[in-house]
Amino acid sequence: MNAGSSDDVRLDDTAPGDQGSGTITMGRAVWGYLIGFALATLLSVVSFYLTRSTLVWEPSIPIALSVLAIAQMGVHLVFFLHITAGPDSVNNLLALAFGVLIVMLLVFGSLWIMTHLNHNMLPMDQIMKMQR
Amino acid sequence: MWGKLSWAVIPLDQPLILVASTIVAVAIVSVLGWVIARGHLPYLWKEWLTSVDHKRIGVMYVVLALVMLLRGFSDALLMRSQQALAYNAPGYLTPEHYNQIFSAHGTMMIFFVAMPFVIGLMNFVVPLQLGVRDVAFPVLNSVGFWLTATGALLVNISLIVGEFARTGWLPYPPLSELAYSPGVGVDYYLWALQISGIGTLLAGINLVTTVLKVRAPGMNYLRMPMFCWTTLASSLLMVAAFPILTATFAMLLLDRYLGFHFFTNEGGGNVMMFMNLIWAWGHPEVYILILPAFGVFSEVLSTFSGKPLFGYKSMVAATMSICLLSFMVWLHHFFTMGAGADVNAVFGVATMVIAVPTGVKVFNWLFTMYGGRIVFATPTLWAIGFMVTFVVGGMTGVLLAVPPADFVLHNSLFLVAHFHNVIIGGVLFGAFAGYTYWFPKAFGFRLHEGLGKAAFWFWISGFYVAFMPLYWLGLMGMTRRLQHYDVAAWRPWLLVAAGGAVLIFIGIILQIAQLVVSIRQREILRDSTGDPWNGRSLEWATASPPPGFNFAVLPTVGHEEPYWRGKQGPRSQAATEAEPVYLDIEMPRNSPVGFICAFFATAMGFGLVWHIWWLVGIAFFCAYATFVVLAWRDHHEDIIPAALVARLDRANRQARSMAAARL
Repeated sequence: MNAGSSDDVRLDDTAPGDQGSGTITMGRAVWGYLIGFALATLLSVVSFYLTRSTLVWEPSIPIALSVLAIAQMGVHLVFFLHITAGPDSVNNLLALAFGVLIVMLLVFGSLWIMTHLNHNMLPMDQIMKMQR
Repeated sequence: MWGKLSWAVIPLDQPLILVASTIVAVAIVSVLGWVIARGHLPYLWKEWLTSVDHKRIGVMYVVLALVMLLRGFSDALLMRSQQALAYNAPGYLTPEHYNQIFSAHGTMMIFFVAMPFVIGLMNFVVPLQLGVRDVAFPVLNSVGFWLTATGALLVNISLIVGEFARTGWLPYPPLSELAYSPGVGVDYYLWALQISGIGTLLAGINLVTTVLKVRAPGMNYLRMPMFCWTTLASSLLMVAAFPILTATFAMLLLDRYLGFHFFTNEGGGNVMMFMNLIWAWGHPEVYILILPAFGVFSEVLSTFSGKPLFGYKSMVAATMSICLLSFMVWLHHFFTMGAGADVNAVFGVATMVIAVPTGVKVFNWLFTMYGGRIVFATPTLWAIGFMVTFVVGGMTGVLLAVPPADFVLHNSLFLVAHFHNVIIGGVLFGAFAGYTYWFPKAFGFRLHEGLGKAAFWFWISGFYVAFMPLYWLGLMGMTRRLQHYDVAAWRPWLLVAAGGAVLIFIGIILQIAQLVVSIRQREILRDSTGDPWNGRSLEWATASPPPGFNFAVLPTVGHEEPYWRGKQGPRSQAATEAEPVYLDIEMPRNSPVGFICAFFATAMGFGLVWHIWWLVGIAFFCAYATFVVLAWRDHHEDIIPAALVARLDRANRQARSMAAARL
């Protein structure tokens, strides 16, 4: 009936007080931010550059921009929000997954619903005619 | 200078409003006068209004909810009496006034009764159940509460200064757009909910962080009491859903204030997008409300059956799957708005799927009671009343989830009966169960049992008498929100429903009497041990009311129900357990920042409603400055000396060992 008392300590479930001994020196932290900043800047510059150059086939520019945007998010998550695969960030990863799931549900759900609503709706001029 | 504000906005020609607001004003002034005359003001300010103690904030949330319940319920009485009278007659409420009343009723009951009630219970209980001293962000918690109170205040100001929205509790465009609602009613609604919505978001962030990060040593996820799990699920939904509400209202505000065209009829606006977005918030919202109530019932039924919760892990799984599923069903609120069969079918089936984890929960509660030694205390009655009532409400919900049935029933009183059935029978009964169950923890004495039981019986019978006729009326074709009607067959049912409202009214009066009588007889109802119900989780392991630091020594958790296990050892052993070593405890310092911020937020909201731009500017600046001052403080914790901790804890240990010796 009980969860069993053997699993006293779990990696993904640190209680307050015993927060582990993760010691990150100041220098390494600053380096992390600098690399992140450089990558983020690079991705931004590239995306601005692409729109004005002929480097990429024109109709595919939106896709290229989407790819760069997603990469940008990744850089922010890893370097600024410190999402890693380590045991400490299970909560963060779950929160991220939950957030992404909700956003996806909302965005794609809305797109689906709204196109469907429009499919089944009379064009505006005909509604107006009916109301006359 | 004063924007749209003038003396003409006060409805001097409407005696009903004037009398009501005079009564409210007299009540406020006399309470304030009493507080000042008795010299309680410094106490109130230091110990409550500026408190960052999660228990005090929780209690204030519940007080707010109870006061607003009176306001929301008086609206309900007005509606029921209007419909009882308005057969082939205009009744006594004008259509404009009636529309404001049903809008205010819904807004009040959801945002300022149900929400503060459940958030208050979570705030009060969760840190105690987790065995810790405070929530993750105490000052943020206080700010969140005061912003909620700001929203409630703005809605109530609209009673006398100007008007309230006439659009229903969700302001559907195009009716809520400037072209059709040029008055300030919708603006009051929008700004009140924008401000209180931020408060709710803060409360959600705080509670999620508390459950995930602030737990007693050894309290891993699968050892948390059920109420902590439902709190986690509910707060996750708050964090995920309330930004949608804020964004949607922000778009409507842009439409109304700056001539944008998000939801207008012309200029490429799309009205349907509002329905889509508002219900993407609105459906999770109902689970934000009901999940904590499920948690309360789990605690209550397990305690009063003297058994551990049946199927704890399946309960956790059911809670978390409801949390996810609640985000996948929002279209069922607008089946009839033009989506085709595919979309309707998908969302209809998804809606029915939610009944599965909910059914798991109901069976778990039944099996928790099965074979238990059930004590029929007031919280048990609320819980059993809930199980019967909520199942009926859930069934009609599944019925409404069938799109073809919804085409017949949508917008009818059947729908109104359904959601009152789940919100009163679920959320409110849960809130009352929790209120009765944890009251002795908060104040050190129980509530009067006899009056509590009487209130329960009036509430539940009143509920059935008031809302079962509405199901029938809905099937007869009566739509919601009718100011008057001329169908003779409806009249008897509406008279019965009005009688039900009177029964509920008696129930509320009995609850007020229960509170008054309990306070007067508090020495008789006193509980010195801190464990009046023979409880199972950690909140009962400390004194009632708990000291500011909750636990003199943080408990170490070795299994589920650590407190119950501790009590199962030999009594002599429990009584003579060695005294722990007491240490100094650091606790966060009280801060007026929440109160001050809410004061300026109220001024800002009022300025925004009435287009008094200088007031908006000043109030915004001051609110911001308050935060900057807070951020610059260097002294934010007080130390409670070990001697004081020891004195308080010894008193409780002595009371407990005396109680154990009496057994």
